[in-house]
Amino acid sequence: MSAIKIKLRENDLQQLKEVCKSFNNEAGELINVLHKAQGIFGYLPAEVQEVVAQELNVSVAKVYGVVTFYSFFTMVPRGKYPISVCTGTACYVRGAEKVLDEFKRILKVPVGETTPDGKFSIAGLRCVGACGLAPVVLVGDKTYGRVAPDGVKEILKEYEDQ
Amino acid sequence: MSKYKMHLLVCGGTGCHASASNQLLENLKKEVADKDLSGEVQVISTGCFGFCEKGPIVKIIPDNTFYTEVKPEDAPDIVAEHVIKGRQVKRLLYKDPVRKEVISDSRDMGFYKKQLRIALRNCGFINPENIDEYIAADGYEALGNVLADMTPEEATKVVMDSGLRGRGGGGFPTGLKWDIARKVEADQKYVVCNADEGDPGAFMDRSILEGDPHSVIEAMAINGYCIGADKGLVYIRAEYPLAIDRLKTALGQAREYGLLGEDILGTGFNFDIEIRYGAGAFVCGEETALIHSMEGHRGEPTFKPPFPAQSGYLGKPTNVNNVETFANIPVIYNKGAEWYASIGTEKSKGTKVFALAGKINNVGLIEVPMGTTLREVIFEIGGGIKNGKKFKAVQTGGPSGGCLTEKHLDTPIDFDNLLASGSMMGSGGMIVMDEDDCMVSVARFYLDFTVEESCGKCTPCRVGNKRLYELLDLISKGNGTHAELDKLRNLSEVIKDTSLCGLGQTSPNPVLSTMDNFWDEYLSHVDDQRCPAGQCKELIRYEVVEENCVGCTACARNCPVNCISGERKEVHFIEQSLCIKCGACFEKCKFNAISVS
Repeated sequence: MSAIKIKLRENDLQQLKEVCKSFNNEAGELINVLHKAQGIFGYLPAEVQEVVAQELNVSVAKVYGVVTFYSFFTMVPRGKYPISVCTGTACYVRGAEKVLDEFKRILKVPVGETTPDGKFSIAGLRCVGACGLAPVVLVGDKTYGRVAPDGVKEILKEYEDQ
Repeated sequence: MSKYKMHLLVCGGTGCHASASNQLLENLKKEVADKDLSGEVQVISTGCFGFCEKGPIVKIIPDNTFYTEVKPEDAPDIVAEHVIKGRQVKRLLYKDPVRKEVISDSRDMGFYKKQLRIALRNCGFINPENIDEYIAADGYEALGNVLADMTPEEATKVVMDSGLRGRGGGGFPTGLKWDIARKVEADQKYVVCNADEGDPGAFMDRSILEGDPHSVIEAMAINGYCIGADKGLVYIRAEYPLAIDRLKTALGQAREYGLLGEDILGTGFNFDIEIRYGAGAFVCGEETALIHSMEGHRGEPTFKPPFPAQSGYLGKPTNVNNVETFANIPVIYNKGAEWYASIGTEKSKGTKVFALAGKINNVGLIEVPMGTTLREVIFEIGGGIKNGKKFKAVQTGGPSGGCLTEKHLDTPIDFDNLLASGSMMGSGGMIVMDEDDCMVSVARFYLDFTVEESCGKCTPCRVGNKRLYELLDLISKGNGTHAELDKLRNLSEVIKDTSLCGLGQTSPNPVLSTMDNFWDEYLSHVDDQRCPAGQCKELIRYEVVEENCVGCTACARNCPVNCISGERKEVHFIEQSLCIKCGACFEKCKFNAISVS
């Protein structure tokens, strides 16, 4: 499982249990519970999965199976500014791959990973449906449209001093 | 809507939202309030107008003025000039790229002329967050009539007679599906709306939920009455936050008005709807996988039969339809099955929504009668290919579909014709490609998608698609031989024949259709180690054309790895060992002094 070992703080643990309880600890609500949990912690480390499994009375393997099945869930903490490059077809034919390459080249991390300082993480994102703006890049909730490879530096600059 | 003299409709779809249309909305509201016009002029946020290429869009009713690419700072001009003085703000009007003329009335735009909007009838017209506007547009009339005057059997027959086929991709007759679920005896049944729009480059369902959520709610309630279900579920992608918000608002309002819940309209019929979230898995668009996902499991498909109509959600009979299918339902009841069946082709009735994207002038959402040709869609509505380039192919049906070419342009679009041409209708994504797109790398792109999205349950899909990807990768790097081409075709056919669900059964389609239509291109990669479109990085080289280079330094300044050298006003030079083939120099050069070979 995840290489990162964390220990949940008491109030986090409590909050997580509350989430499970709000769904009546029903096993069928597993995906909804995980959505909420990722909302709280930003990712789903093994420790969180263990608690969820216990509360919903399912095996940890089952929870892990679900977490790794869906691309929305992650077991690695995202950067402070998560960068998502849309890899939908419309963005692809308008050059998204080159934009993604440029992010990887400048930040020196592959897709799915976070820079050592924890600032940026890069991810490929399935279509966001803003194809009129292709290629599309999201940094956190902010959308950048019609991004060209030479515009990548500019985008990163916005987050440099923060 | 009548108490106001003028309505300013601001697009609040995802595309325009990303271009600050919410700030624009606020600015317009403030300007209108500042000028003391709030009693006469209404400013509302609507769903998607479809013309995403030129967003954000502002439309003014009653005169139909259509403003494009409006920025938040344009609000004062629109109010001061158009609203108060009645003069159009010329610089914001749409200019036809082909005819070079300014068009102010949206009805005169090529983009809208050939469209017939049934599923999208309210998108860009009503405020999706206000149920009264939906009701004013005949909303919930169909539900009222069905509950008051029809038996479930009669109501189901209307949908059967309309000839409506499922818009999610398969094209199964919707009425028949309802009828099967209706006839099964059970203590509990479910209605499910599939809003897990996973096809990359398609955004029909999202726009409908954002622009007209009540039409889906109304249709689900009718469906519940027809099959005898009192519970509905919407399975929606978590990547669509705006659509989720609007849907939640709409559900709340419908409950408040007694259009959902117990004893709807005093008829004794109970129906309510819950939302379930997807978590990013393309295979969950397949109905059995979707049902497993709603139950909290991995979204792996299971063998049919049993069909969901017999044993679906929690083992109970379940009818699954897609968003666009549902959006057609209320109109069919209001205008009649005969009217609906009069539109379209012999076996494909009604209209279809398409998401036009890629190298096309008018990227956006369109709805046309079945039987419209690809040429009309791409060149008349879509405004042709971007930057005057040559049309090469259009990909329909997403990762399950195929690439259609010049020779298919005059084929009337319907379920059967697209299948016969080697592609499929799919959910309605249409990605247009021009001469610069390499078909080998497009096929590889789709396989990359499939490999990632395969659930892994059956071997042909899990392992076979990975091998297809590797073969395509080899070819695109110039390392393939004819043996690889043969393997590619054979393996594709085996995967199609032996996979468990629709994903694997269709995933080789992009490979097969590009091999059929662009065989020469595959041969170039294999025989000559050449990529005719100049896309495959390993096979291309950027070089300075000495006689054209004026030494403007644009290429050197834009090169991200500083591999271009040369003094001002002197011929430049690209150091091949450092070049990462990003193409920045090629795009920036205004003198045709960079060649791709």
